[in-house]
Amino acid sequence: MSLLRAGAVPGWVRRTGEGLLALLAFVVLWELVKLVVPDGGVVVGGVSLLPRTSDQTMPHVWSVLARLGRPETSATGSVSLAGALVTASWFTLRISLAGWLVGVLAGLGLAVVMQRWRIAEDALAPWVVLSQTVPLIALAPLVVGWGGKIHLGAFAWDRWMSVALIASYLAFFPVAVGALRGLQSPTAAQVDLFRSLAASGTRTLWRLRMPAAVPYLVPALRLGAATAVVGAIVAEVSTGTQGGIGRLIISYAQSATGDPAKPWAAIAAAAVLGLVAAGVVGLVGLGLRRFRVGEVA
Amino acid sequence: MNAQAGVAVQAVGVGKVFTTRSGAVTALEDIDLTVAAGEFVSLIGPSGCGKSTLLRLVADLDSPSSGELTVFGTSARASREGQQYGIAFQQAGLLPWRTVRANIELPLELHGVGKRQRRARAEELLALVGLTDFAASFPHQLSGGMQQRVAIARSLAEQPSLLLMDEPFGALDEMTRERMQTELVRICAESGAAVLFVTHSIPEAVFLSDRVVVMSPRPGRISAVLDIGLPDGQARGESTREDAAFFANVTAVREALHGGSVADLRGVDVR
Ligand SMILES: Nc1ncnc2c1ncn2[C@@H]1O[C@H](COP(=O)(O)OP(=O)(O)OP(=O)(O)O)[C@@H](O)[C@H]1O
Ligand SMILES: [Mg+2]
Repeated sequence: MSLLRAGAVPGWVRRTGEGLLALLAFVVLWELVKLVVPDGGVVVGGVSLLPRTSDQTMPHVWSVLARLGRPETSATGSVSLAGALVTASWFTLRISLAGWLVGVLAGLGLAVVMQRWRIAEDALAPWVVLSQTVPLIALAPLVVGWGGKIHLGAFAWDRWMSVALIASYLAFFPVAVGALRGLQSPTAAQVDLFRSLAASGTRTLWRLRMPAAVPYLVPALRLGAATAVVGAIVAEVSTGTQGGIGRLIISYAQSATGDPAKPWAAIAAAAVLGLVAAGVVGLVGLGLRRFRVGEVA
Repeated sequence: MNAQAGVAVQAVGVGKVFTTRSGAVTALEDIDLTVAAGEFVSLIGPSGCGKSTLLRLVADLDSPSSGELTVFGTSARASREGQQYGIAFQQAGLLPWRTVRANIELPLELHGVGKRQRRARAEELLALVGLTDFAASFPHQLSGGMQQRVAIARSLAEQPSLLLMDEPFGALDEMTRERMQTELVRICAESGAAVLFVTHSIPEAVFLSDRVVVMSPRPGRISAVLDIGLPDGQARGESTREDAAFFANVTAVREALHGGSVADLRGVDVR
């Protein structure tokens, strides 16, 4: 990016700048499509090639922004749409981070086991990949069903825990893959050195493999945070959980004909939520800078 | 065990066969070699003749396919676990997230040496390899030769009674190289450590060694062993390099290498 030369500014400033530019590009593209493509879309021989672009289906960016300031519903005393979205986002963000945490622990644990025992890698790797081909929607009712049967003394399984668990199911995958690659990244000379020093497997893990994995792990954690948000939103919808952004997207979609900007605002909020989650996790990376010599992503 | 007390490394009929997808590679065959405690032995020979492999067997990073190998009278494995050797590899193998000082301290840290003692030892070693000013630098900020010197310092950290060094001075400029050679001679004299030293340089082997082991490839064998006798009782020093005996020994090693066909000489520095 020639506008923001590398090296001239700190990394996070550059990354934020690039993010804002990408957002701007998206807004410009959106408005350009509205300008160029006719309202009725492009239909050739009865087949719709480009979608309709009327204000009804693709509201202007500024009408979506303006809608944020107006009340959520027509009921008296209703909060602004922005307020409702922030409350719902906060609800979903907390569940996502809980799911992310569980996913990270599971992913790291799996990666450590797969690195340590070749047999475990051969046995588990296909299942790890396979796990991601099962549609979340099929999984959600099962998880809720199982969760409902758990009562351990004062502890009772709550609906949000099912949502977090489903989110962790998406988040663990990039972490497991990234961590495994990272744990396997030390060079032959480094591994030989630890062997020559008669370092135990556990010592080698903490002093060599974990630090070497950090450059692979930080991008994986960021990606895991974004997928946890997606997982939480889908899980909210498919388990019928109230209070989160997933629920709002569905209920606002029902009012799309009368109030087209409303569902778009909710979708935009979900996208921003993913970015915020990834950003928060990115802060973890700042603390690990020493280990990130030669990070690519 | 008394008979073994003075022996650092003993190999009897050691062989190593690697099985690869394209078939078996005989890297070493029938190696008989004894390195006495405190003795400096160099391995020299064309590329691929198994020098690194032999060193790795002694270090218990690989195990021999045949023959007997003992280090200080015990198995190679027991001596690795007992931390009796220090090793410097052909590649430096530094940890990029550790400073130069922390890299040198690594062996001490892994073996539970206290912080204060580690510091003190690292300072000595930094001075020894001339990197005091770079103690807080990270490996990627150093040149290849400087990284190699860090690896050498690390191998010396625990004052081992056996040093295994695989072309440790290969990446150094001629001046640093000669200085490091002189230092190594001094360290060995002071600590009484035995050294098994791989090199491609004939003058280096002759300058450093009590004995030079000449190897030939395919399969890797020992083709000659030369005693480098110093004129009675004289210590090695800068003047040694200008000695008539030094040049005679260089010639002797070169001829031993030529004992094979000239085509086998690839990779050997015969300056
Ligand atoms: N892990 C391995 N698997 C298969 N073959 C190997 C392995 N390690 C070494 N070899 C083979 O063993 C032979 C000796 O290799 P080695 O690295 O010991 O040579 P070297 O004398 O150290 O050479 P150089 O001077 O180039 O470092 C070579 O033919 C090499 O291809
Ligand atoms: Mg070698």
